[in-house]
Amino acid sequence: MNTSTVHDKVEHVTLIRPRPGWIAINWRELWESRELLYFLVLRDVKVRYKQTVLGVAWAVLQPVLSMLVFTVIFGRLAKMPSEGFPYAIFVYTGLLPWTFFSTAVATASQSLLNQQALLTKIYLPRLFVPSSAMGSGVVDFAVSFAFFGCLMAYYGVSPGWGLLAVPALVALTIVASLGVGLALSAVTVTYRDFRYVTPFLIQVWMYLSPVIYPVSIVPSEWQWLLALNPMVGIIDAFRAALLGRPWNLTALGVSALSSFAMLAYGLFYFRRTERRFADVA
Amino acid sequence: MSREHGPAIVAEGLGKSYQLSHRNDRHTSLRDALTAAATAPWRRFRRLSGTDASMEEFWAVKDVSFEVPQGEVVGIIGRNGAGKSTLLKMLSRIVEPTEGSAMLRGRVASLLEVGTGFHPELSGRENIYLNGSILGMKKREITERFEEIVAFAEIEKFLDTPVKKYSSGMYVRLAFAVAAHLDPEILIVDEVLAVGDAEFQKRCLGKMKQISEGGGRTVLFVSHNMAAVRALCSRGILLKKGRIELQDTADAAVDAYMLPEQVDHAGAVRFKPPSGARIWMDDAAVLVDGEPAASAPMGSQISLRIRFATETPTRHPRIGWVLQSASGERLLNSNNRYQDSPAFDEPAATGEIVCDLGMLPLMPGRYVISLWLGDTAIDHHVELETLFFEVTARDLWGLGQIPPPASFLWWPTSYRLSTVASGA
Repeated sequence: MNTSTVHDKVEHVTLIRPRPGWIAINWRELWESRELLYFLVLRDVKVRYKQTVLGVAWAVLQPVLSMLVFTVIFGRLAKMPSEGFPYAIFVYTGLLPWTFFSTAVATASQSLLNQQALLTKIYLPRLFVPSSAMGSGVVDFAVSFAFFGCLMAYYGVSPGWGLLAVPALVALTIVASLGVGLALSAVTVTYRDFRYVTPFLIQVWMYLSPVIYPVSIVPSEWQWLLALNPMVGIIDAFRAALLGRPWNLTALGVSALSSFAMLAYGLFYFRRTERRFADVA
Repeated sequence: MSREHGPAIVAEGLGKSYQLSHRNDRHTSLRDALTAAATAPWRRFRRLSGTDASMEEFWAVKDVSFEVPQGEVVGIIGRNGAGKSTLLKMLSRIVEPTEGSAMLRGRVASLLEVGTGFHPELSGRENIYLNGSILGMKKREITERFEEIVAFAEIEKFLDTPVKKYSSGMYVRLAFAVAAHLDPEILIVDEVLAVGDAEFQKRCLGKMKQISEGGGRTVLFVSHNMAAVRALCSRGILLKKGRIELQDTADAAVDAYMLPEQVDHAGAVRFKPPSGARIWMDDAAVLVDGEPAASAPMGSQISLRIRFATETPTRHPRIGWVLQSASGERLLNSNNRYQDSPAFDEPAATGEIVCDLGMLPLMPGRYVISLWLGDTAIDHHVELETLFFEVTARDLWGLGQIPPPASFLWWPTSYRLSTVASGA
């Protein structure tokens, strides 16, 4: 009698066969198992704050300590220009999106390697594994953004309407981080050596992004080229939104395009290599 | 679908080959450039991790076709390396087949490991939800069955304790409890009962029986526990070297596995070193009067000989073995870690370990030995149910009759008869 109820349900048919070439993203499957993404994000967030002695404070300490060091070295000693704002607040507005990006990319790129059982012992939408790394990044961002409020009050800088653009900019940062994170996670699981390359890559990437310097020190006719790095337009836009200075729409536009291009490539590369994950993990 | 009562699983010519060297060809230059430039020490690591280009191609599974009607419980058995796990991984969509196809009708859940995705820092409660959703349950389903899961695992008091503080027994109980409350139409289970204590294993078997009998669910079950396969499964598939050797009733398949027509290895087996092992067995043999032999009369002096090789000379190789009956019961085990044994104090690159069993009081029948070899830290090479040998009947006491095989062991007992004075 139970078998009859089986037939009353919508029949699930799983077809297993070799699939050569490019494998499209199964959006239906992703939607149906969206709760799994939720639980993976929840896990990452909980674990992140349970495992560290400092807990939530870590989310603030990381950018704040960087801010202090950069302010002394680049602000005071090297006299880096800061577009007329106090250097501390200038560099913090850059560190907000940068810390998100670098943490999310680093976590995502190691995610498959660190959770091999999820590749070799079970089938699940594997895109979720690196994607879940974005979740704790967002929570960290929210905490460090709250601290930014204190910083603004201290320096007496008041944000304008630009503040409303922050959610959209966060979303764009997620797009860029996810694209890079997906590609790196897939490379790292295939070539384990790559996990030693990623931290170095991120370090170099920071100096190629306007975290400690303003985009304006680059001649304006070359800024679009620099903005091929998604973080250039994003960091610059964060400064515009938070500090109320003019927007560099060219840089933002180029960076937005390259963020989406990176996401598309990350998805493509991930899907293309996904079928081998369980064999090489 | 047109065929309303079609089989739950149809596999046609499934095959999986591993051609590591060929598959990686187009990336080799990039990788080599990277590794050569910066990571020379890791080349060794890469070789150990099995991605070296000199690996040979082999078919882990080949030409496997079968149908499983709805509601049937099928045991998949075979030696290590017969392709059982690869087959289950293909049917679970974890690895993609190289050729052939399979169709599964119904919601599939696979359980190849207990507690996949458990996080030690999270509480029992949090892990139930996490693991449940990894196994494919909806949040609503987990909530509905939450009380049952907790009761089955007997962890009520520790629900909000991080699982890293659980005993290994509690951990396994919780993990199995979540899996046991899955409600798929097709369940794929691999050797999960090898963990946990005997009492819990019994309960798991009971639960599995209940699942398969009560719900009309289709189950594919891989196990080395032949008693469990006999008890749970109606049909059996015996795999040998990646191909189907026999498809029959579970009993017939277990018999064919445990009682091959003849012991084909003359009392000795050779092994392929597992990839990444630092120490491995080249061969193992049962010695009767110092010579490898596939059979021995009752009461013979028996030894077990293992020849091993190592990647780097190793001190104190650890060998463990379990003697099992033809139906899988474990009769006795021994391990040179716990028993007085001449240790290799000097590092040895290759060597031979002989374990003298003395006169083993086995009744006539077929027996099999499982072997473990490791260093002082971990097991590197495990061969389960690998070395078969037969004990033949003999008139031990010269009485002109052979004792009936009512048990596995005999014992040189003696009897005294005396008269008891009545009424004293």
